[in-house]
Amino acid sequence: MAAVKADNHGMRLASRYAVLILVAIIFVFPLLFMVMSSLKPSAQLLLDTKSLRAFLPVGDLSFQNYTDAFARAPIGVFVFNSVLVTGITVLLCLFVCSLAAFAFVFIDWGGKAVIFSVLLATLIIPYETIFIPLLLMVSQLPWIGADGFELGWLNTYRVQIAPFIADALSIFLFVQFFKDLPKELIEASRVEGASWWSIYRRVVMPLSGPVIATAAILKFLFMYNQYLWPLMVVQEEAIRPVMVGLGYFTDQLNVPWGEVMAYLTIITVPVLGFYLSLQRVFISSVASTGVKG
Amino acid sequence: MASKLTRANRAGWLMAFPGVALMTLFIIVPFFLAFAYSLTNQRLASPNAAEYVGFKNYSDLLGVAVFTLEPERDDSGAVIRDEDGEIEYPRLRGFTRNNPDYPNLAGKREWFSWQSGENRTVVLASDVVFMKALVNTFTFVLFVAPIQAGLALCLALLINQKLRGINIFRTIYFMPVVVSIVVVSLLWQFIYSPGEGLLNNVLGWLTFGAFEGIDWLGRTDTALPSIMAMSIWQGVGFHMVIWLAGLQNISPTLYEAGEIEGAGKWQTFRYITWPGLRNTAVLILIVITMQAFALFAQIDVMTQGGPLDSTQVLVFQAVERGYGKQDISGGSTISAILFVIVLTISLIQRYLTRER
Repeated sequence: MAAVKADNHGMRLASRYAVLILVAIIFVFPLLFMVMSSLKPSAQLLLDTKSLRAFLPVGDLSFQNYTDAFARAPIGVFVFNSVLVTGITVLLCLFVCSLAAFAFVFIDWGGKAVIFSVLLATLIIPYETIFIPLLLMVSQLPWIGADGFELGWLNTYRVQIAPFIADALSIFLFVQFFKDLPKELIEASRVEGASWWSIYRRVVMPLSGPVIATAAILKFLFMYNQYLWPLMVVQEEAIRPVMVGLGYFTDQLNVPWGEVMAYLTIITVPVLGFYLSLQRVFISSVASTGVKG
Repeated sequence: MASKLTRANRAGWLMAFPGVALMTLFIIVPFFLAFAYSLTNQRLASPNAAEYVGFKNYSDLLGVAVFTLEPERDDSGAVIRDEDGEIEYPRLRGFTRNNPDYPNLAGKREWFSWQSGENRTVVLASDVVFMKALVNTFTFVLFVAPIQAGLALCLALLINQKLRGINIFRTIYFMPVVVSIVVVSLLWQFIYSPGEGLLNNVLGWLTFGAFEGIDWLGRTDTALPSIMAMSIWQGVGFHMVIWLAGLQNISPTLYEAGEIEGAGKWQTFRYITWPGLRNTAVLILIVITMQAFALFAQIDVMTQGGPLDSTQVLVFQAVERGYGKQDISGGSTISAILFVIVLTISLIQRYLTRER
């Protein structure tokens, strides 16, 4: 009797894992296919899709596709641009949004309730619905730079950065976190005569590690994966980000699939590696966008 | 005391200022500009100043008319039929072009039609492509939102089991979320391709060769569903994690109570889990709906709106006009319509799911 029961338990366990593994295969196979294909010549790559070989490192393997891809497009430049734009935007976002959230939570000032609810209302505006008017706006914005006064922000780094520094979700995440900090801490510092700036810098921010990670990861994913906006505002090769750079491979009469897979691997695997090494933080970041409301 | 308050006032303003200013300039102002431009003939680069045109952009996009065509009759009043026995109708062009008797049809084109008795009823639209984009976008949202939310909940329940190594599976299921939708679209374009496509080959194996390959993205009836399936594949992990957070917020004592009462699996879900997920459900539906309406990259990479406009969607149309044709006012009008739709739907969802 006991044996039958144990057997049943074992079967149940096995079937549970079978379901989990089957689902995992569905989520992994395109990515596995991408990496494996990037190592194969285009002709073999196409043939291999007829069998399980598509997902295995078999046949004529080499890094030739990578060499060819680097020869076809300035990949280094694209990666540099994406890293630069993403990095600067994330840093500025963390600073600007945490500062604003600090003012909303800890300081009493006239008009803050109204302003906060207006900012929060913008959560309902998808970026895609403001890009067209924004395109016209940035094409006419003034700028004072190294070359003096100039008009128009198209084909610059700043046009890829400035519109995305401050957003409602980031501010909201900081506000939620700050609200749960013990008020006594801040009051004690006030009594001691600390300025708001030093409370922000020395008391609040050092305690905000988790929310900083959350906001940084969400912003990072959004910025690195941006496509539509850079497509519209960046035509110059020298400042193009990785997603727009794909056009170098796909706008061909005969798409060089091996090279495409190599390029996709180059721009995806570092992000996947970053995710896998910090997966707990990534997942709890996304989960925390759900606890509002 | 007063001076202290003013100082706090100034400090508050100063610290909030950068964020407030940036959001005003880059989100709130363009939002209102979309509505303002939609009432003009603004172009991206034009020597002429834009003029106010009222609601012309809206009527150019949304104009619809229904018209009944009566069959051609000969002198005796009998219906004229062609060699195949099909009824002959007067040409639609005669009514839509320079016909002073039908001002409401001027410039419109046939969108779709149906037969009723001897007559043919034709629905005409000022902008047939836009209408198709509107219908496709709604179709996309109506399928993707519930299916993605439902599958995400199933995955969350799957992942919420207490099993050894469950975190590995959670990590894998979430993986597509961190991959750019552009990369995903290209990969799936390959999976869906007609000749060597992985999907065709897999379906071929499973049916022992009985399945004949389909050009998934090249047929009007499979293109949009293919894009839906791929979008769900990419996005479902995101919402799984939000469901999971909701699941783990439900107090374990409720489950213990259920167990003592002898509740079955389904009863536990129906009376403990589901009510506990109420707020999460509202949030997820609204977020998915908003994301689904913003569909763009998949279309741009995979189909460019084709074949035969069967994958035209609103954002793609807005970009094609506002950026491609430099028609800022046309693109802004579509953006404004899109925003009104998104707002209306999330208000309706909120109303339907309100606490009673």
